[in-house]
Amino acid sequence: MSDIERADEAHGQPGTTLAKPEGGVPDRFENPGLPPHKHRMGDTDPKAAKRAEHQVVFFLLLSMLGSIGIIVSIIAIKYDGSFDQVSLSTKAIGLSMFLSLFALGIGAVHWAKTLMPDDERIDMRHRQRGTTAEREEAVNILKEGAAEAGLGRRPLIRNTLIGALALFPIPAVFFFRDTGPLPGNDLSTTMWKADTYLVKDPEGGRIRAADVTLGSVMHVLPEGIEELEHPLNEKAKSAVLIMRLDASLLTEKQNNWGVDGTVAYSKICTHMGCPVALYEQQTHHLLCPCHQSTFDLTQDCKVIFGPAKRPLPQLPIAVDDDGYLVATDGFSEAVGPSFWERG
Amino acid sequence: MSTIDKTVNQAAGGVANFADDTVGASKVVNGFARKIFPDHWSFMLGEITLYSFVILLLTGTFLTFFFEPSAAETTYQGNYIPLVGQHVSEAYDSALRLSFDIRGGLLMRQVHHWAALVFVAATVVHMARVFFTGAFRKPREINWVIGVALAMLAVFEGFTGYSLPDDLLSGTGIRIAQAIILAVPVVGSYISFFLFGGEFPGVDFIPRFYTIHILLLPAIMLALIAVHLMLVVVHKHTQYPGPGRTEDNVVGFPLFPVYMAKAGGFFFIVFGVIALLASLVQINAIWAYGAYDPSPVTAGSQPDWYMGWLDGAVRLMPGWFEFTLWGFTFSMNIFIPTTVVIIFALGSAMLYPWIEQAATGDRREHHLLDRPRNQPTRTGLGVMALTFYIILWISGGNDIVAHMMSLSINDITRSLRVLVFLLPALAFVITKRICLGLQRKDREKALHGRETGRIVRLPHGEFIEVHAPLSDLERWTLVQHDTLRPMEIEDRVDAGRPDTIYGKVQRRLSKFYFEDRVEPVTPAELEASHHDHHGELEQAHADEIDRASNPAIGTSQTTHG
Amino acid sequence: MAVVVLIALALLLVGGLYAALAPRDAQATTATATADDIEAGKKLFLANCATCHGINAEGGAVVDGNNAGPSLIGVGAAAVDFQVGTGRMPLAQSGAQAPEVDKIRFSQEQIDQMAAYIASLAPGPAVPTEEQLDASNFSDEQIAEGAAIFRTNCAMCHNSSGKGGALTAGKYAPDLTDVSAKHIYEAMVTGPQSMPVFSDNNIGQEDKAALIAWLVNENGDVRPDPGGLTLGSLGPVSEGLVAWMAGIGLLIGVSVWLGMKSS
Repeated sequence: MSDIERADEAHGQPGTTLAKPEGGVPDRFENPGLPPHKHRMGDTDPKAAKRAEHQVVFFLLLSMLGSIGIIVSIIAIKYDGSFDQVSLSTKAIGLSMFLSLFALGIGAVHWAKTLMPDDERIDMRHRQRGTTAEREEAVNILKEGAAEAGLGRRPLIRNTLIGALALFPIPAVFFFRDTGPLPGNDLSTTMWKADTYLVKDPEGGRIRAADVTLGSVMHVLPEGIEELEHPLNEKAKSAVLIMRLDASLLTEKQNNWGVDGTVAYSKICTHMGCPVALYEQQTHHLLCPCHQSTFDLTQDCKVIFGPAKRPLPQLPIAVDDDGYLVATDGFSEAVGPSFWERG
Repeated sequence: MSTIDKTVNQAAGGVANFADDTVGASKVVNGFARKIFPDHWSFMLGEITLYSFVILLLTGTFLTFFFEPSAAETTYQGNYIPLVGQHVSEAYDSALRLSFDIRGGLLMRQVHHWAALVFVAATVVHMARVFFTGAFRKPREINWVIGVALAMLAVFEGFTGYSLPDDLLSGTGIRIAQAIILAVPVVGSYISFFLFGGEFPGVDFIPRFYTIHILLLPAIMLALIAVHLMLVVVHKHTQYPGPGRTEDNVVGFPLFPVYMAKAGGFFFIVFGVIALLASLVQINAIWAYGAYDPSPVTAGSQPDWYMGWLDGAVRLMPGWFEFTLWGFTFSMNIFIPTTVVIIFALGSAMLYPWIEQAATGDRREHHLLDRPRNQPTRTGLGVMALTFYIILWISGGNDIVAHMMSLSINDITRSLRVLVFLLPALAFVITKRICLGLQRKDREKALHGRETGRIVRLPHGEFIEVHAPLSDLERWTLVQHDTLRPMEIEDRVDAGRPDTIYGKVQRRLSKFYFEDRVEPVTPAELEASHHDHHGELEQAHADEIDRASNPAIGTSQTTHG
Repeated sequence: MAVVVLIALALLLVGGLYAALAPRDAQATTATATADDIEAGKKLFLANCATCHGINAEGGAVVDGNNAGPSLIGVGAAAVDFQVGTGRMPLAQSGAQAPEVDKIRFSQEQIDQMAAYIASLAPGPAVPTEEQLDASNFSDEQIAEGAAIFRTNCAMCHNSSGKGGALTAGKYAPDLTDVSAKHIYEAMVTGPQSMPVFSDNNIGQEDKAALIAWLVNENGDVRPDPGGLTLGSLGPVSEGLVAWMAGIGLLIGVSVWLGMKSS
């Protein structure tokens, strides 16, 4: 018997197989065996048992009521377009379901607890591992089988088998090639370019520079976005915010790319792509609601708090002859979350 | 016997015979029907998980008959005024129709979603029970690994599921998931474009998430659950230590009829509780969020609770972890709190049985559970991990906390950045100390007996509290556990050789685990304490006997003697 | 089990009673200002506001870089009606936020007088008329468009159901439940504190009316919650808490009962 097995054997009954010192106290306490069985009221008193039986029956009857309630609720409460009906129906069917299920469960458990025998019984366990003899036999079978396969004598078969099995699953990856196009420069470019007009999001319509009052923020999209095949794909990159503040608070570059203190910035957070839409008018901070990255408008939207690293890119805008806001160029860098090739 | 009884018996007999002819049912009955299962409430936690999964399958199947997994644009023309005429996806539209036009539709959606939340919650509680009682030890290591895998799959299953209705809140979550993928170095943008079929959001992610949610993940999870349960049958369930319970037996009740009634009944109870929640408490009101559009966003954008820890990790991470090098951007501010944290958590959880095996050198089978106090280091590590998890969880809701408690969100975030490391360490130390303290209390009790509250004055004037000695039955649970000691040089047969790296690591681990320990009382120590307190105990014994015959003893009416 | 149902029913009952019986805002009447009103308003202003906003409403002195109270010249009657009408002003103590207060110190007449005085100093946004707020003839599509405008412009601070949300450094966008239509309009056009200005050139007046009709939900039919208790409409955080406390809590309770030996 190996040491492991010996230790295992001893493990079963602490104190019993370890050597007892001569005429002395055992090393460890012995298991005193199962405690004496305590009877429930229902075991000895037939009236208590009857009471328990009635309780079980009561719950099972409640369950039946609940099941019928489900059917009645579904049939009787018609959906006529009003939400009160939806609300009533949800509660009626739902509470009937609760009754039908919960009462059935309580009844079954109560039955087991009070009426089914609760004297503890014992099953014996068997060690998971085989005995030494069984292990030896297994090893012999494996050796015999391997010898019959002849892998040892024929290394060429063995090596090419390993090669074939290793190579077999690899093509699966290549089946997925056409699940999508290669990124190309999609992540780095948007629809914005020179002479793209700014329109309101979601109402649409061009924006007059004069309409942008001090302290306001407008949500903006490039004109023509709704005509695209997949406008949402473009929105995820081209959503822009315009805000107007006192021009003296802005840097020269910001003013060059803005109009009278009105500046346009990408709304897509450079952290993980949520819309950085919370504009705190007094502090000139832009807050992203997802992870609280905060950008300071007076510092060219530099990150002043939170997990973002890069500032929001500014969109250069100007006013056309009719007073409408128009972009003078696209973004000078990739908008939105960082990616490996961003550079 | 009545005619009905006779007919039923005949029919039942016929069915039974047929079953036996086909699959040898008699052998199955003989082998399994009277299988003994041990009884403890904490063994029901895994059942909550299992039954929630069944409920998810049932209600989910219902939902698939009404849900349209398509991102094609349509115009909403239903009863809900605030969306009339708005462009929404077919998926969103079908989810609204299911909620407002299908009888029982909203209820089924809510049952499904509440069941999902309860499913993952029960997984966590079940995992904690298994961990703290050491049920992952040999031979159950593989079952533990399967369980951890199931927990992670459950999280992804939930995520893909609540993203299907394509509402604003879940869509924001998918945007963040896409950014997590983009942050993977080298291949991130490729994986993102392959998964989404191009740019975000694209039109492919809804049908693809649908396939993952109703086919791929449930199939894998069902298979793993089947193996998980089969292993419980093969290994037999563990049991708590107690009188009559040994490593070689299972003490409990038979499957048929007791556990069929209890466990079967419990399924209906779990279903009932979830139905109660679903009928009274609204969940995931997708109509209020609106359809997904990358431009709007709602304050308080959180994922479902079980992903909150990752969201919290992302919120706490400072931005300067991102850097550019050689023309490439390393988004470590995203990669670390998501991919790295997931791999670390999964890895350390899955490997834990072997870490502990290295520390104990113990390769024996264990079927008796540990009382958590008897494994102070393990319990401390578990509480430390849970504390870390909970703090990340709280971080994920930091804006809700700020708003509800009128605090500054910036202060909360800065504090949590420190607490996320400080509190788990504190939790480990405090938990370990508490466990050691409880063990000492057990020793006290085993050696000196139960405090009876009776104060007795001894002849020489000393006041003592009489302790009633424990019976063998009472004492057993306090003294049955193994003594694990730090590994010595010449030691257990399965310890690594001391001059190898593995051997050195083993010894360091072993010391970390077991240097501070309280050993169980041995019979020798009990004898010794008897000699010390022989007089008082004899007195107490005598008093017990006297009291039985004269209730007035202990009152002012008698003098002690 | 019966206890749970009872508690749930009791919760339903209490919640329903509260919803039915909670007081609503009184509607204010707008009247044209007279010279007496402006004079009375000036007296009220001097007594209650001048200490912070300056004797001529030109703004308070700057102390330690902090402006005690900004200039009110040009803020318009709408700003006064909003700030005083919701109790934000007079500001009890300066802090991150000027919170809404339940007990308003002034009557609507007094507020109108102060508004008239401020409006007389320089032109600014006016208090909206009933007609401007009237959305009773709007189609469902118009209301829906208003809700869509809310989602794009307002939900990121105030949450998709208008329940409010956190801003930086202890500021917050408040819960909009039970705020009157008039006050919402005024807040939009004046941009109080951290809130940006949403002039009628930004969000048109009709769009505002539709948005407000959706938000205020006067008849309760525009924003139904047929699924049950809303838990404050705060989203997955509160849902997760309930799943743990009610769901797991109840189930563990039942498990303990199930495992206990019966008497």
